[in-house]
Amino acid sequence: MSEPHISPAITPAERLRRRRNAERRFKLYGQIAICTAIGFLAILLLSIGFKASSAFSRHMVELSLEQTEFSAASDVKVTDVNLAVRDRLLEIFPEAATDRAHRADLFAITTRLAVLPLRDRLRAKRDTSDMPVTARLALSDDLDLYLKNDIRRHQSAIIGDAGRLSRTESGLYRLTDAGPDGFVSFQDQVQAMQDAPQDILISLADAWFELREVSGAVLVLSHLAGPLPTLGEQSSAPISATYLNSLSENRRVSLRQIAILLHLLDRGDVSRRFNTSLFTNADSTYPELAGAAAALIGSLFTMLVTALFALPVGVLAAVYLEEFARKSRLTSIIEVNINNLAAVPSIIFGLLGAAVFLNAFGLPRSVPLVGGLVLGLLVLPTIIIASRAALRSVPPSVRDAALGLGASPTQTVFHHVLPLAAPGILTGAIIAMARALGETAPLLLIGMVAFISEVPSAPNDEATVLPVLIYKWFSGAERAWEPMTAAVIILLLTALVTMNLVAVILRRRFERRW
Amino acid sequence: MLETLGHLPIGWLLIAPLAAAGFFAFYSGRTQIGALSIGSSISARLHSQPNYHGYFLTFCTVLPVAVVFGLYLLFADSFARGTLLSELPDYLTQRGEAQIAFFMDRVSEHAQAQTSAPTGNTLFDASVERFATLIGLARAVAFGSAIIAGTLGFRWGRKQLSRDFAARNYVERTITALLFICAAIAILTTIGIVLSLIFETVRFFSLPGGPGVFEFLFGTNWNAQTGQDFGAVPLFFGTLMIALLAMLVAVPVGLFSAIYLSEYASPKFRNWAKPALELLAGIPTVVYGFFAATLIAPLVRGSAQWINGLPFTPDTLLAAQPTSALAAGLVMGVMIIPFVSSLSDDVISAVPQVLRDGALAMGATRSEMIKQVVLPAAFPGIVAAILLAVSRAIGETMIVVMAAGGRALITLDPSSDITTVTYQIVSLLTGDTAFDSARTVSAFALGFVLFGITLLFNIIALRVVQRYREAYE
Repeated sequence: MSEPHISPAITPAERLRRRRNAERRFKLYGQIAICTAIGFLAILLLSIGFKASSAFSRHMVELSLEQTEFSAASDVKVTDVNLAVRDRLLEIFPEAATDRAHRADLFAITTRLAVLPLRDRLRAKRDTSDMPVTARLALSDDLDLYLKNDIRRHQSAIIGDAGRLSRTESGLYRLTDAGPDGFVSFQDQVQAMQDAPQDILISLADAWFELREVSGAVLVLSHLAGPLPTLGEQSSAPISATYLNSLSENRRVSLRQIAILLHLLDRGDVSRRFNTSLFTNADSTYPELAGAAAALIGSLFTMLVTALFALPVGVLAAVYLEEFARKSRLTSIIEVNINNLAAVPSIIFGLLGAAVFLNAFGLPRSVPLVGGLVLGLLVLPTIIIASRAALRSVPPSVRDAALGLGASPTQTVFHHVLPLAAPGILTGAIIAMARALGETAPLLLIGMVAFISEVPSAPNDEATVLPVLIYKWFSGAERAWEPMTAAVIILLLTALVTMNLVAVILRRRFERRW
Repeated sequence: MLETLGHLPIGWLLIAPLAAAGFFAFYSGRTQIGALSIGSSISARLHSQPNYHGYFLTFCTVLPVAVVFGLYLLFADSFARGTLLSELPDYLTQRGEAQIAFFMDRVSEHAQAQTSAPTGNTLFDASVERFATLIGLARAVAFGSAIIAGTLGFRWGRKQLSRDFAARNYVERTITALLFICAAIAILTTIGIVLSLIFETVRFFSLPGGPGVFEFLFGTNWNAQTGQDFGAVPLFFGTLMIALLAMLVAVPVGLFSAIYLSEYASPKFRNWAKPALELLAGIPTVVYGFFAATLIAPLVRGSAQWINGLPFTPDTLLAAQPTSALAAGLVMGVMIIPFVSSLSDDVISAVPQVLRDGALAMGATRSEMIKQVVLPAAFPGIVAAILLAVSRAIGETMIVVMAAGGRALITLDPSSDITTVTYQIVSLLTGDTAFDSARTVSAFALGFVLFGITLLFNIIALRVVQRYREAYE
């Protein structure tokens, strides 16, 4: 095929050269193919790992609350704690007390339910000593993302040594520089940025302002957050400008919230910590409070049901087909059937579950019991095929010896063949369970996508599983879901890799060559 | 009393007595036969070992009890519902089936919850109480008959035990029957799939507002979510298009990987690269879906926009949607690579070494040997592998759900979003409980088509593989 007809013009040496080139090219195609496949694997893992890395930590704001706020510690309500948190925030930002919009921005830095762990802690400790309690609250997802990513784009520069602040009638502030050149160079800079406008924050001592206008030696500012220095006096603190490199229209965080964050950061009240709620919390509508605990437990229950159903049935079926079944029409039908069943798309098993378990048997939706049974049916052929292979690898001499010593066929199988095949069967079973653990589509059809905010405590409680949680979080609208989804994927992949490693180790350790 | 019994969780109530009775029967059987043979050499006198007598007695006791419990599980709920229904006031029972079923579900849910506070609705609370009592009654009857059946079985079994009794034969026969039942479950699954799909599909086509078979298979308008248009051609088209895109990636990469690994690679490289390829097969499809939607789909969109922006192309040449057929197809192709490569590797390795040696001895280079001897010899097997891979691509769900979009379009533009059979099944059946609307049932008709096509592909592929194997063995 490579040389259909040889034209006389080609010399033998030239022909040899062409054939060698063809050989080299062919080998190269193979290398490219392998590199493509493995490159895709690497890109996939790296991109997901990269996305997930930010979700394993989160920013928390630390506030110390006066305990006297709560009357009866055993019955603290979310609202009580929230009120205390808001009081404390207003103490830090007194300027917000009078302005509704300002207050709304301030209170939105954490969600209402962020105080749940604190409430539980307060309820648990009965004695209400009047020590202040430290509240560590998760920042809202948008702020958290801002601190993780966008804050890196901030650039600050000192634009003046000292200034004098005065208030205008319209509620704005005028800042005049005591230095010789006023804000002339700063004004030039702002002018130069006319083409790509961006928000600029001005800080003086602890206060943060939004820059409204620059005119010569005077800056017109509006106050955003932080205590104001004394008006009219020459302040000795330097004036600095922070360039945000973004505009409010393109941000999900308001300018005032950024100022609040910056002030809290200056105070040392915001810290980045390991995201424990990812492992301890159930699902939530707020990304910063959501966790995979419920799905983890749900996966565990589902796998338990799957294993309890599919392992015994699969292994016993394999024993029957391999050791007991006589060659008959029925057994050959069963064999063909099992091979075909292994290649049926998984979603068909979901349809089976919906029609038979839910509709005909009336079992409840969204429970691990039904999910486990559906997955059990799904992996049954895989387990049967793997177990048969393991049973087949036990040499006939073992059977002959047992039978020759007077054991019955049942005794032969259960006392000798099955124990010898056990490592192989177990390896196949673990790989099948790993497949069940990653399966999503059939579970969607039996309602395991429901929003579950509580960790399930039994196989017939409503629950969801890890892959379905990935799908659900992926569909979430907020940007913060993406890293969270990637983090759950990492969790799932870790579980799968562990299972596969156990299978490999089992095979290495117990495999016998006959 | 009955009401409390009705409220209890049932799982442990069934399993614990069964296990206890089984253990008791086993030990009593073993000691009884042990006592018979005291003072003599056991193995010389007994037909079966004492353990087998124990197992025999266990089966005699447990099987009748299990049958009774099984009957309870099958009939208790419908008994309680039926009785309660006949006692409900007429104005409730005339409300239509769906309403009554909903009412009953809530009643049964409340009756099963042990700490349910009264709702305040007198009729509802009374129904819950009555339901719990009825279930309690059914349970009492079940336990009573279970005790009787178990005792009778136990006593009958004990009478059989003797020195010459062939307990082992009976036990082994029971075990074999049990093994057969396990093997039959696989058949039952298939029967269950086929029956449920056929049943619902027939229902779909006989629904008053539903379409005819012809309209379903050849109609080009699909709008199942809101309207009543059930022409599935756009779905079939989308499925095939994405499968084709996937195969364009998977077949060359998979095939060349297999050739390289089996003919060129050193054993060391092979040991390292093969598991890496198989790792691709172990990644859950939902992860591929996430990868496709968050990394590949934006890339596809960006390139499509770039092509649109080129000076010599019209600005609206490509749709450049955020989810696209190409993104789903590419990633699905990556997912299928290990499938193609490991199956092809098997068939290529199965080509006898003699053929290779012959070709090389004639002076062929390696690539000539592969192209002119190995591949033609392995051709049927490779075709089978590709067929299996196509059937896999057609049935794949999560990647298309997450990255392909949901618009039922017939378009050759790979950057446009497009829908597939599996996508529609998921979107039609997610979060819906009612099985009586054309919308939900249409998912089963789609499932039927999907099942039929993949089954056809699998059967052909398995046949080819089998023939091929026979040819060389």
